[in-house]
Amino acid sequence: MLVADTEVLARLRAGDEVAFARIVRAWSPAMLRVARAHVHSHATAEEVVQETWIGVLRALDGFEGRAQLRTWVFRILVNVARRHGKREARMNAELAGPTVDPARFRGDDDPEWPRHWRDEGVPVETDPEPALLAREFRDVLAVALAELPERQRAVVELRDVHGLDAQEVCELLDLTPANQRVLLHRGRARLRAVWEAAAS
Amino acid sequence: MTPRDIACQELVELVTEYLEGALPPDEVAAVDRHLADCDSCLRYLRQMRATGRALSLLPTEQVSETLSEEAVDTLLAAFRRRH
Repeated sequence: MLVADTEVLARLRAGDEVAFARIVRAWSPAMLRVARAHVHSHATAEEVVQETWIGVLRALDGFEGRAQLRTWVFRILVNVARRHGKREARMNAELAGPTVDPARFRGDDDPEWPRHWRDEGVPVETDPEPALLAREFRDVLAVALAELPERQRAVVELRDVHGLDAQEVCELLDLTPANQRVLLHRGRARLRAVWEAAAS
Repeated sequence: MTPRDIACQELVELVTEYLEGALPPDEVAAVDRHLADCDSCLRYLRQMRATGRALSLLPTEQVSETLSEEAVDTLLAAFRRRH
């Protein structure tokens, strides 16, 4: 168990409301994102997150610290979410097709460079990276992220914004490693395209 | 053995597996070989990587839904009852 966990746990057990409010606010955004991958509406996702925290409070005294506190909380979350959840059967449509417009590449029958970039199709040069921090660009990215299909958004947001690793995301969203990568790829490719369009 | 030829259109779909370290060694070699000769694909790869990095710099509250204040209040009340 992390030192920070021991500290937080002691405070929670002692009834420190500020400490509880702090982890609720810090972890709930990622928890809502996980929940949304299992259920249809934001309202239901919110119920799932609330129910999770209630479950956490109930089990707090029995928590033995064999896992990290956050891992433990998220495990409870996934169980609650699954209970509320729908079973997914819409994987295929979301994962089919190329992520870059085929018109940007030469044909299969091109005598010289089949399926290589056309001159007019090459990726547009974008600003160097410090510009990534510009508020304007962040806004564009945040909007595009919100518009991704739900599971692409869930994977990209948990991986890139919340910094979870691939294995955690697979467990939380019930994905195989391959599907997790496909969703990450499609999501990032879409966001790259939005960035490129903003640059050109 | 010389790595196989990869077309740009194929490479752009391998980028994430490449960045995630999920490609087998012979495929990594094929991607590396292509990238050594193709500035456009190298640019594409860098942009994909930069996209992930840019996302990591976004403030969480800008992109994520947050729990409603009402829900937080309910939880705090439950917390107080516990003690």
